[in-house]
Amino acid sequence: MKTYDKLIFELSRPGRKGYELPADNYMTDGLSAIPSGLLRETPAELPEVSELDVVRHYTNLSNKNFGVDTGFYPLGSCTMKYNPKINEEVAAMSEFSSLHPLQDVKSAQGALELYWNLQNMLANISGLAEFTLNPYAGAHGELTGLMVMRQYHLSRGDEKRTKVIVPNSAHGTNPASAMVAGLEVVEVKSKPNGSIDVEDLRPLLDDSIAGIMMTNPNTLGMFETEILEIAKLVHEAGGLLYYDGANLNPLLGMVRPGDMGFDIMHINLHKTFSTPHGGGGPGSGPVGVAPHLVDFLPNPHVKKAADGTFYVENVDDSLGSVSTFFGNFGVMMKAYAYILSLGKENIKNVGPIATLNANYIKESLKDDYLLPISGVCKHEFVFDGLKDKSTGVTTLNVAKRLLDYGFHAPTIYFPLLFHESMMIEPTETESKETLDDFIAVMHKVAQEARETPEEVLNAPLTTIVRKLDETTAAKNPILNYKALKDSEK
Amino acid sequence: MPNKYIPHTEEDIREMLDRIGVQSLRDLYSDVPQEVVFEGEYSIPSAMSEIELRRHFKELGEKNKALTVFAGGGAYDHYSPSTVAHLLARSEFYTAYTPYQPEISQGTLQYIFEYQSMISELTGMEATNASMYDGATAAAEVMFMMVASSKKKNRVLLSSTLSERVINVVRTYAKFHGVKVSLIVEKDGVTDLDMLAKELEDDDVAGVILPTPNKYGIVEDFTGVADTIHSAKGYFAVFADPSALAVLRTPSEWGADVACGDGQTLGMPLAFGGPYLGFISCNKGMLRKMPGRVVGATKDADGKRGFVLTLQAREQHIRREKATSNICSNQSLMALYATIYLSLLGKEGLKEVNVLSADGAHYLFNRLISTGKFQPAFEKPFLKEFVVKTDLDIDKINARLLEKGIMGGLSLGNGLVEFAVTEKRTKEEIDNLVELMLED
Repeated sequence: MKTYDKLIFELSRPGRKGYELPADNYMTDGLSAIPSGLLRETPAELPEVSELDVVRHYTNLSNKNFGVDTGFYPLGSCTMKYNPKINEEVAAMSEFSSLHPLQDVKSAQGALELYWNLQNMLANISGLAEFTLNPYAGAHGELTGLMVMRQYHLSRGDEKRTKVIVPNSAHGTNPASAMVAGLEVVEVKSKPNGSIDVEDLRPLLDDSIAGIMMTNPNTLGMFETEILEIAKLVHEAGGLLYYDGANLNPLLGMVRPGDMGFDIMHINLHKTFSTPHGGGGPGSGPVGVAPHLVDFLPNPHVKKAADGTFYVENVDDSLGSVSTFFGNFGVMMKAYAYILSLGKENIKNVGPIATLNANYIKESLKDDYLLPISGVCKHEFVFDGLKDKSTGVTTLNVAKRLLDYGFHAPTIYFPLLFHESMMIEPTETESKETLDDFIAVMHKVAQEARETPEEVLNAPLTTIVRKLDETTAAKNPILNYKALKDSEK
Repeated sequence: MPNKYIPHTEEDIREMLDRIGVQSLRDLYSDVPQEVVFEGEYSIPSAMSEIELRRHFKELGEKNKALTVFAGGGAYDHYSPSTVAHLLARSEFYTAYTPYQPEISQGTLQYIFEYQSMISELTGMEATNASMYDGATAAAEVMFMMVASSKKKNRVLLSSTLSERVINVVRTYAKFHGVKVSLIVEKDGVTDLDMLAKELEDDDVAGVILPTPNKYGIVEDFTGVADTIHSAKGYFAVFADPSALAVLRTPSEWGADVACGDGQTLGMPLAFGGPYLGFISCNKGMLRKMPGRVVGATKDADGKRGFVLTLQAREQHIRREKATSNICSNQSLMALYATIYLSLLGKEGLKEVNVLSADGAHYLFNRLISTGKFQPAFEKPFLKEFVVKTDLDIDKINARLLEKGIMGGLSLGNGLVEFAVTEKRTKEEIDNLVELMLED
């Protein structure tokens, strides 16, 4: 299996097919009614393969992948928790998957009820007034949230508020989202523990500031203990607080962003609420707001009438639309199933156990790995590479060696505050035994770095492919099958 | 404490707390100000077992009505072979994250490469990204691409024959980013090319987005358009239905610089609006302004073929506020969906889907016209979606159809009604639809 290296195009044989369609009995030639100048000149060279060819090919490709179901995936900031199977089942129910987004709302009351229930659950869990589920992903939620921020100021005629404060430790998406939303980024410095430096923040707060973007806990997994002071300062200056929900998981059951003074936030349903990452989407990035911002949320809004029925409304004060229809409805169904499966009794344990797991790994490995910040972390923490810097073994080498041992690597070289960052987030769904195995392997790699460093420096040694030449890939991009065939001639 | 998703026993917790050196789980939050600790109880229901959860979803599902769909408007009821859903359920695909570690993500990287190749075949363009959220957001990103690629021009023209939903999203993005958007009016159901030429005279237009087919289902004729736009030093983008590109003149054949659109038509379930995917293809000249992930082929240390994320210097995690876009991930699993669908249908099958849909649509069109109660709204060529005019009360008719489990044509106002027919509809269903519409 591991040696399988064909592209689907390489299995193609003229005349072979992997489908069957009903006979055409219309006695009408629709295409002939279209002038030939509007038709395609040369055919699209799609593969011609049998159904079994397709099944074997993609099954073989799946064997070249590592997922949460394969093994431990401690990728910091990504919250790679278990993706429950019942969620997949209910989300695939034809009673929902066959619904046309424009069909009469009378015939889609179950879908709208689900949407409305999930909006309200998220609002309750977050301590905010109302959510939209329209945004498609975390970054899309950020962008939508910043549009809410701008729309709020514009609605008050406060047009000079065109800047947003972003910590220099923030994930790159924050400043990029601000740029797309037409906001200028002002960086606020972090203290050595990654927390916002309140003294650096104070002078930045003038009447050009639309708001501030924060995660709490921050990108080092540390709680921003001065959050109430920050909220007070930003609000006094007329700005709004945006909460990046990337790090929401440790707060479940313990803290609600709304109670910390945040006005706007997004949630990554594919992190905190267990929906699969799908190899990079589809995700879902619901945005919640405080009461005074509800009308600015993007259209359409899903609402409940006095008679208990659900309807869809476009609100005049809304910032506009950010999605064709209602967002990734299929993803919302999975998050809804997850919340109902855990229920109020269990969901409150998510944060504390995620935090327990992270601190357990941190304390177990700090003798071999450099822990730049001590004290309790939340759901994740950062090592600054191996403690022993004399071996020449880098964070990248350690990450690649972990692949040989059957673990996914942590997030590496982020945050940028340290040279050898290694960001570990175990999530609550991993057992003590899994963590112990990981800890043992991390110790072993540290030992190898001291005793047989070449093994670590040359890693990975056992994966399907070895280290790939990324430089050539970027210099001479080969982005499709035809170009690849040409290059291999 | 243990729950099916949280495996910790009391003993585990005790041992782990001891290792950490704290007394209780609460101590792990000792740094959190007391004022913000949530002491209440969430107002969500108690935990449901699978049996209860299935029952709840079944009850919700019974409040929906599965319909025989004769409407489109940006979401089409195409058929998807059983194999697609089966392969998509392989959890090595769906429980993986973005392929940051290429050595253990070759499955994801290769299918994205295959996806890029297939979409490039359909659009005729060299480079395709790993997917966007949907067609509308892809169009908005194309607007940014054109503005970023042109020098100091900040206005983009949209045809008013683009879907209103696409226009709305593009306008939202434009409003906040500070791009000027102007609409080119329509004439007889198609883009008014005279007005387009006139708008281009102002010399401030970064690019133009035109649809194929357009919001009325009409296949527009863009002969000469590329030259007109290029001579004004603007970029030409086509918003296309990727399925229809199996038979329709491609963006590349029209001379466009960039193509975008919504992949829902590649057999994706209607799913009440998502997940679908958006796509962007472009010529190499615009490649470095393209947003999103891109996969490239390369070799490993032993000279073996492999795939990696490439051209990452455009992206937000490197460039921060100087990135081409804020997009991180995309709709990767839906790109896999499209790839498997296109592999199964292949070169002939995708054409056949279009032929069947077009034949059904023309059959319905002819049946409606022959009743004498409907007139063509436009004398223009169409594929699977079309608009007719009527004096009948369309809302009343649609309410009646709904009772019979049918989603009729979309009412566009002023007596205009828009139908779509896919390969899933049968002649009998169409005959039945026409009969029911005329009942009174």
